[in-house]
Amino acid sequence: MKLSTTDRIFDAFNYLFLTIFGFLTLYPFYYLIIYSVSDPQEVIKGIYFWPRGFTLDNYRTVFELDRLVDATIISLLRTVIGTALTVICCTLFAYSLTKSLLPLRKFMYRGLVVSMYVSGGFIPSYLLISDLRLLNSFWVYILPMIVVPFYLILIKTYIEQLPAELEESAMVEGAGYYRVFFSIILPLSMPILATIAIFQAVGHWNSWADNLFYATDPKLMTLQLMLLNLVKTQTISTNVLDAQTMSSMKVTPESIRTTVTVVVILPVMLIYPFLQKYFIKGIILGAVKG
Amino acid sequence: MNGMQGEQSIRMRAPVRQTQMLRKWRRVFPLLTMSVPFFLLMVLFAYVPLWGWYIAFTNYYPGESILNADIVGFRNFEQLFSGNQFLTAMRNTLVISAIGLLLSPLPMAFAILLNEVKQKWFAKIVQIVSSFPNFISWVIVYSIFFAFFSIDDGMINRLLFKLGLIEQPTDILTNADIAWWLQAAITNWKGLGWSAIIYIAAISSLDQEVFQAAEVDGAGRFRQIRHIMIPGLMPTYAVLFLLGIGYMLSSGFDQYYVFTNSVVHSKLDVLDTYVYNLGLVQLNFPFSTAAGIFKSVVSVVLVFTANWVYKMATGKSII
Repeated sequence: MKLSTTDRIFDAFNYLFLTIFGFLTLYPFYYLIIYSVSDPQEVIKGIYFWPRGFTLDNYRTVFELDRLVDATIISLLRTVIGTALTVICCTLFAYSLTKSLLPLRKFMYRGLVVSMYVSGGFIPSYLLISDLRLLNSFWVYILPMIVVPFYLILIKTYIEQLPAELEESAMVEGAGYYRVFFSIILPLSMPILATIAIFQAVGHWNSWADNLFYATDPKLMTLQLMLLNLVKTQTISTNVLDAQTMSSMKVTPESIRTTVTVVVILPVMLIYPFLQKYFIKGIILGAVKG
Repeated sequence: MNGMQGEQSIRMRAPVRQTQMLRKWRRVFPLLTMSVPFFLLMVLFAYVPLWGWYIAFTNYYPGESILNADIVGFRNFEQLFSGNQFLTAMRNTLVISAIGLLLSPLPMAFAILLNEVKQKWFAKIVQIVSSFPNFISWVIVYSIFFAFFSIDDGMINRLLFKLGLIEQPTDILTNADIAWWLQAAITNWKGLGWSAIIYIAAISSLDQEVFQAAEVDGAGRFRQIRHIMIPGLMPTYAVLFLLGIGYMLSSGFDQYYVFTNSVVHSKLDVLDTYVYNLGLVQLNFPFSTAAGIFKSVVSVVLVFTANWVYKMATGKSII
């Protein structure tokens, strides 16, 4: 195929543009990483592509902060417990909604769909959480996020297109719905469940607004909100760290902030390259449904 | 005799029906345990709060009993709508959404550019890399932009200063004049690659034979894009555009909460952050609830109107 001159110019600009765009997305993360392993006193001279005076002091300091370790545990706990509960509860619910024997099936499904469009709003939700005694409780991170209508619709559609024969023959042999669910439906639904689990896990890990609204107890601080406080308080040049730690470890507020940022992104960054096909599957399934 | 037989058979049938009922109940019961608890959980968090709309019509103050509060009718709404802060939040929300709708063809353009790349591995890498920021929180996004643009330690300021291009550091994060456009740029930095995936999928589902036929007829690449690809992507674009209209008042809390500061607050205070500040910071529960009701009701109306428009045009529904 012959290429015209305009085609060649277009190609050149296209490659250039896409390369620049890719660079602009990737470089900030790279910059934060080299900043976090550079000597905080050297960084002031400016770093661009290579760390200056390689050191792990920043990480040492950061992981000696008890509050940071506690926040990491809270974030991990909500991610693991929240994701597991969402996956199992949504799958059970979706499976039961595929059974015509279930009374009020249509009613429950409609209720789920409509709930995606109505919202009581901030204060009414706050009062409900407060009445349920969930303020300053770990479960405020988990319970409101267990049933996700959008996931339910995806799982229900997926189960409906599974071959019915397997289930029927198991039923004929006398297996109950729970047996069928755990031995047939769950294993066969793994592809969609993996997608949902990843979305929910990233959602939990990244969530901080519920922490800000409902959990003021420092014991329940998540990594994300801790980082936000770190960045925000620094902008008005006070520091969360006491001066003593700072001078003894030769770290700066900037180096601590950058290092915590890297710690918070790292889990997502590590899983993303391996699991990105599940992410993509999620949006495409969602687009087909929506 | 006949009567006896009839009675007997009735007596026989009752236990049969009972065992049938029992058997059916035994089948149904597991299904109920799989659905009812989760349905109630959904109702609890999605519908029960609607009861709280009552507060918007009272002079309730947090700490006292809701039952003791006086009913004031629509007075809260009247005062809210005539207040400057609400109108500012409303303006900001609408301007930000309008910019979003204006820039809404960008993901489609990005997908087309990716599709024009001959080396598929290159397109794949750019796609994977540019989708990544969608999966980090707004806190991280703020931390990144702060690391690059802050005055004291910002990488960009330091670089420009070193190169002699500027004499004084500038802080674009505290520049109210460009705040809306800066946020639009940040939104696209985070979401453009990800939003393009839908269009990439749509492009691959277009009929390849039409492109080949056009090629045989001598249509160049640009004419193929203009006359085949863009029209082929229009249905996808229309659905997303109309959904976008439904979400016009939902700018989202996270982005505008993390990026706000005293200088740009007048430009970045959107309905979502306004409702929060009014409620949990100023503790004005009735006003905050009223603003929330306004947002919910208008959003539902917008969603259904958009759906109605789409249905009129195509006969299909988007929700």
